[in-house]
Amino acid sequence: MTLGRLFRRKTFDHGVHPRDFKDLTSGLAIRRLPFAPRLTLLLSQHAGAPSRPLVRPGQEVVRGEPVAEAAGYVSVPLHAPATGVVRGIELVATAQGPKAPAILLDVYQGASQEILYEAPPDLQNLSREDLQGLLQGTGIVGLGGAAFPTHVKLRPPEDAVLDTLIANGCECEPYLTCDHRIMLERTDDLIAGTQLMMRALDVHRAMIGVEDNKRDAVKAIRSKIPANSGISVHAVETKYPQGAEKMLIESLLRRQVPSGGLPSAVGVAVFNVGTLAAIGDLLPRGRGLVERLVTVSGTGVSRPGNYLVPLGTPVRYLLEHAGAKPEAHEVILGGPMMGMSVASLDVPVTKGMSGMVVLEQRHSDLKPRQVFPCIHCARCVEACPMHLNPSLMGQLAAKREYTTVAQEHHLFDCFECGCCSYVCPSNIPLVQYFRIAKAINREQAA
Amino acid sequence: MSMQDTDLRVELRTSPHLKQPLSVDQIMRNVVYALLPVSGYAVYVFGISALALLVVTTLACLLTESLFCWLSDRPNSLADGSVAITGILLGLTLPPGFPLWMAAVAGFVGVGLGKALFGGLGFNVMNPALVGRAFVQAAFPVAITTWTPPFAPNRFLEFIPSTLSLPFLQPPDTSQWSQQVAVDAFSGATPLALQKFQHVGTDTMDLFTGAIAGSAGETSALLILICGAYLALRRMMDWRIPSAVLAAAALTSLPFWLMDPSRYPDPLFVLLSGGLMLGAVFMASDMVASPVTPLGVWIYGAVIGVLTVIIRLFGGLTEGVMYAILLGNALSPLIASVTQPRVYGVQRKKAKAE
Repeated sequence: MTLGRLFRRKTFDHGVHPRDFKDLTSGLAIRRLPFAPRLTLLLSQHAGAPSRPLVRPGQEVVRGEPVAEAAGYVSVPLHAPATGVVRGIELVATAQGPKAPAILLDVYQGASQEILYEAPPDLQNLSREDLQGLLQGTGIVGLGGAAFPTHVKLRPPEDAVLDTLIANGCECEPYLTCDHRIMLERTDDLIAGTQLMMRALDVHRAMIGVEDNKRDAVKAIRSKIPANSGISVHAVETKYPQGAEKMLIESLLRRQVPSGGLPSAVGVAVFNVGTLAAIGDLLPRGRGLVERLVTVSGTGVSRPGNYLVPLGTPVRYLLEHAGAKPEAHEVILGGPMMGMSVASLDVPVTKGMSGMVVLEQRHSDLKPRQVFPCIHCARCVEACPMHLNPSLMGQLAAKREYTTVAQEHHLFDCFECGCCSYVCPSNIPLVQYFRIAKAINREQAA
Repeated sequence: MSMQDTDLRVELRTSPHLKQPLSVDQIMRNVVYALLPVSGYAVYVFGISALALLVVTTLACLLTESLFCWLSDRPNSLADGSVAITGILLGLTLPPGFPLWMAAVAGFVGVGLGKALFGGLGFNVMNPALVGRAFVQAAFPVAITTWTPPFAPNRFLEFIPSTLSLPFLQPPDTSQWSQQVAVDAFSGATPLALQKFQHVGTDTMDLFTGAIAGSAGETSALLILICGAYLALRRMMDWRIPSAVLAAAALTSLPFWLMDPSRYPDPLFVLLSGGLMLGAVFMASDMVASPVTPLGVWIYGAVIGVLTVIIRLFGGLTEGVMYAILLGNALSPLIASVTQPRVYGVQRKKAKAE
């Protein structure tokens, strides 16, 4: 029972309160990034099967035109982010490490870049299955970072009975503000998307969860919710990782998703607010996803902001546009708590990339620190939102007892939020150990 | 601006890329700070003998840690500050007139046997200061129960006669000296012993302010509470442990006192006398030797509180805090393993079946 709950604030147990640095960009309106000369459209920018290319080298494409199709149910098509000519389909560097195939697109700088490809559906007379198919056609995936194809969530397991849609507007990662801007500037799209998804899921209640450091967003949404729509907006405690699906479900509904299960097991489907706004914008017009909002922030850039970026834009181009300083030392894709630092600046912006945080070398958090032995201070135990025992798990993992950690200490319930490493006064790389332990367990199982 | 302009040298790390700015050496340093007022007051009450005692135990602990680091070919670990805490705590638990060479032995055994042989910081099963004290309690039973009066007139100028006794020789008898320097009539017993064997109570106010005979640091309950509160407020000490210890001690002694107030001490006396306050606030709360689980912490504290009172009321010793904490330390891995927190989304029964 935390203090937050005593004061009847909607929240979950444990978690941490890192400084959020959101004031760098939270007041900056959405701006459009110019088109880079060449875009790199990865065929796999979503969870599931990589898209299958529909274009040949040398082929001219128009912005919004499908250039790759879904390769199966858990897959989505890709659309040309700009008018130009396909240079080739090659292996390129990715943020994850291994090279992966991508469509290289040389942008016609003189083209109008108007989206001509659209097929507005007759939304009134659509069945749930039709909506699913249309949604897959837009290429929309979870824009909060997971990049899981959204249409798949519309078909929950047979035995699941859904009663609530949750729109995740927490944005608990420090620095990131793109969801905040979406809630302020695209409130209508967000509500339209929410209503469409309520229809597609046949639920009559939608709850929009927003961390209480974004009161203006709560107000903006509340003022636009139609009467009797079943949509409500809730301020939840500002605490990392409030935006984790399982945490938000607990905060709003006091339900816990069973270990290894999906939110549908407790009657819930969770969508990021950015995803819903994209649905509300694209689905009624029958368009494809060609750009996304990216927060570029951190002390390593001189022009931080919330940029509307064409998919496939190289990170290098984005950096230049945001005014990367020579002192910039680390480039993180996503937020600083769970994001990934990149080795190559040639990796492209993908559908799941919500932010780019550039830190300087003098940023104190980046200094190498001496690792002490675990002193059993229990800070990690008090921080873990899943109520695991990272102290013990870390000691086991350090001794390479990977199977024990997995079988007896719920290793696979860890979703790598990083709270344990964040608080550890001994500077033990706990979550890093757990990643290794998971990888080795998966290998052994295979 | 061309594409080639940006040629940053970027570093690869894995998340999280942010870190709470608090490290082990900072925590340890703050515990040392919190112990300084307690030490200073001990010196004020008992004079230069207490000062010499604290200096000797601290130096003995520091040297022992260095020696074992050198022997085991590990980097010197004095900088983490934990061994300084052990030294100061050890000094605070000994009688102020304790012979200095015995104090050095206690420091050596405490750090050597209680910590270094287990693998150093983080690996010790028990509180090293108490291991050292337990050793000298067994080795030098007379010296460790020889008490001297507080506020002796010349305390800042002359040592208590036993302080400077030579190694392996019988320390001089201090009872004569104590009678001379005592402000009031001095019986040579601590409030605990007076209560236990003669059923003579001690003024609560004296216990609070520390105008009593006892170990160097177990005198002023009030000062210890304030210093502990500083640590707890800075979140460098788990407030639940002292709370559990003190609550359990008070609750255990309550029924006995209600049955026979002339024979058994009242709960307030139990809390304020002897080493309970120092032990609860600064030793039971030792992170390394206490459980990490939220429920385990309460159980661990309660075990220590109950054991302390049982030893005090029914044991042969007047004071039981030391053994109670050592036993609690020994139990703590077991307590932690049976009180693992319920993982999010996992039913308890199912967890057991697995």
